[in-house]
Amino acid sequence: MASAFEYAPAPESRSVVDIAPSYGLFIDGEFVDAAGGKVFKTVSPSTEEVLSEVARAGAEDVDRAVRAARKAFEKWSALPGSERAKYLFRIARIIQERSRELAVLETLDNGKPIKETRDADLPLVAAHFFYYAGWADKLDHAGHGANPRPLGVAGQVIPWNFPLLMLAWKIAPALATGNTVVLKPAETTPLSALFFADICRQAGLPKGVVNILPGYGDAGAALVEHPDVNKVAFTGSTAVGKAIARSVAGTDKKLTLELGGKGANIVFDDAPIDQAVEGIVNGIFFNQGQVCCAGSRLLVQESVQDELLDALKRRLSTLRLGDPLDKNTDIGAINSSEQLARITTLVEQGEAEGAERWSPACELPSSGYWFAPTLFTGVTQAHTIARDEIFGPVLSVLSFRTPDEAVAKANNSQYGLSAGIWTEKGSRILAVANKLRAGVVWANTFNKFDPTSPFGGYKESGFGREGGRHGLEAYLDV
Amino acid sequence: MSDANRLSVFKTYKLYVGGKFPRSESGRVYEVTDSKGKWLANAPLSSRKDARDAVVAARKAFGGWAGATAYNRGQILYRVAEMLEGRKGQFVHEVADAEGLSRNKAAVLVEAAIDRWVWYAGWTDKIAQVTGGANPVAGPYFNLSTPEPTGVVTVLAPQDSSFLGLVSVIAPVIATGNTAVVVASERAPLPALSLGEVLATSDLPGGVVNILSGKASEMGPHLAAHQDVNAIDLTGASDDDLARELEIAAADNLKRVLRRRTEDFAESPGTDRMTAFLETKTVWHPTGSLGASGSSY
Repeated sequence: MASAFEYAPAPESRSVVDIAPSYGLFIDGEFVDAAGGKVFKTVSPSTEEVLSEVARAGAEDVDRAVRAARKAFEKWSALPGSERAKYLFRIARIIQERSRELAVLETLDNGKPIKETRDADLPLVAAHFFYYAGWADKLDHAGHGANPRPLGVAGQVIPWNFPLLMLAWKIAPALATGNTVVLKPAETTPLSALFFADICRQAGLPKGVVNILPGYGDAGAALVEHPDVNKVAFTGSTAVGKAIARSVAGTDKKLTLELGGKGANIVFDDAPIDQAVEGIVNGIFFNQGQVCCAGSRLLVQESVQDELLDALKRRLSTLRLGDPLDKNTDIGAINSSEQLARITTLVEQGEAEGAERWSPACELPSSGYWFAPTLFTGVTQAHTIARDEIFGPVLSVLSFRTPDEAVAKANNSQYGLSAGIWTEKGSRILAVANKLRAGVVWANTFNKFDPTSPFGGYKESGFGREGGRHGLEAYLDV
Repeated sequence: MSDANRLSVFKTYKLYVGGKFPRSESGRVYEVTDSKGKWLANAPLSSRKDARDAVVAARKAFGGWAGATAYNRGQILYRVAEMLEGRKGQFVHEVADAEGLSRNKAAVLVEAAIDRWVWYAGWTDKIAQVTGGANPVAGPYFNLSTPEPTGVVTVLAPQDSSFLGLVSVIAPVIATGNTAVVVASERAPLPALSLGEVLATSDLPGGVVNILSGKASEMGPHLAAHQDVNAIDLTGASDDDLARELEIAAADNLKRVLRRRTEDFAESPGTDRMTAFLETKTVWHPTGSLGASGSSY
């Protein structure tokens, strides 16, 4: 791609990770074949190279895993919290030790840049286990009543955009509170969860406490609907989230959902433009925009729109798209051909509905799944690209004149997960943050995450919080 | 001395919607009897349209009520208790009839209900400190989580506990800044309809609480499917099938659902009924050190 600077390739070594040609399901502490003998291939999205062949779980395997988790629950929940804590601390430490290996693995299986897996995903994964480890023996003091009890077996279904981080968000609080887990990773990114199974083995975690079932939506549905599951936690699309909410209706299963978003990033006329541009880029191009809390709608005050867009386009022209293992890469591959097709369809719809499409000059690799950073101007609130979650590197730009209009437009969404505010005026930050119907508001920053900080949505972005003291509630009988 | 031969004046029981007292737009009423089957009054048999009107009123009231200071909400909830105390006799009478209790037993329930308003009045400006707080993130950021009301909440009030149960499900919803559409006990709606009269004289803005009498089985499906309702309390769903049906309908816009459960309203409530209808908002801002030229983020 045309770039202000030419960079020599700086690839991270693949040799740090040893991917086996095939993997089984991880049930009751053992890697086993699927009952039906089915397997599926996982590919590297940047090259379409097959990385491994993985057992594909079906309903029978779900049942076996849930039974293993149920059996393990009795002893695990009866352990003193301080003992559970030490297992989780062990896991956190092993993740830290193996973080380079896991970062490379995640980049290979997911397609995201090594810069992100190395500097964001993995540090957060370890931190999350470290954080919840400390809660395990302090639950009496967490504000959920004295001696709060675990729920039992947690069925957890996670997405492909942050495979290991979403696993950490699910498993760490579940284990800290004394639950046992059956987790289904996404079909396009099963590997890091299977490596995590190996970490559980290294940590000496009792058998059956964590069970990993790679598979497709049918396995996820079987897990969610299994009568002996007490808790369902799902991160993924709003459509699937609604289906899950319907399927657990009338049961005693506790449900938390972390779903889609269409985050508004609001730039006021007094904002520091250079910082705002960095925040906008981070908001929508981090992880190729495949982020539920992405700032996918830019709301810019009319008086600075031209200036901001010029600066933004200049900045986009310097983004480097390519080999995710290259340490200089900013934009990696789209996770799958299905996701690429979805992004392409929505972008075509944006053009068809009359919005103006722009991308920097950008050469896409010949193999793999790629999409150039894209921005749309002339977008109205009625446009599909202003309403639907694209889950790709596509930014829709809208403008506003008054703070009230900005708030009204930001809140004009079925979603309510994230929002950004850029202004130098403190009182405006607080007033606008107060009016935004979103679970996370980043002011003069964007896409910041921390295990101590509760994360989750309003409205159709789901319910329940992950992270912090709040995140414990999802796994306790309170 | 009252005249034993004097003909008493019956009350026309009406709905409480948007701060006003309409009849059901459907023109329908149904007979309400005491526990022995003696006629007490005709109550409005609310329709789908009444339910929709109530949602509109609750939505309209939400911004102002959620935006009121917690102190102000506490003052108003306490005012409700004051007004109730003054009309205790009326409620004892209605609860005794509705639940087939002696005056003494009914009085215990009404007093408990008044005390419950006081309890929740005190919560309005404390719940944020209990459920929110600063988060010690690993970086130079100010990070604060605060609870916010989820919006318009449909409340299916308990079928049996016509007043203590009713108060126990309404007060926690509005204490935190939500607004409510309440479907009263079908069999015993009179204490609920009279509560509307108390709320109307307690400085509670119109629309914060809207009270409908009629069938939960008729209005419930519409309210559970209503796209401008944010949450639903299924306490008063008459059976498991209805509760399940409503929970399924509620999934269409991912309403927050408080499921049916057995509950002894005489016991001290925890905070669950408040937290069930709260969102957590987390705001981040860089701190950084101030450099010579100003802020450094």
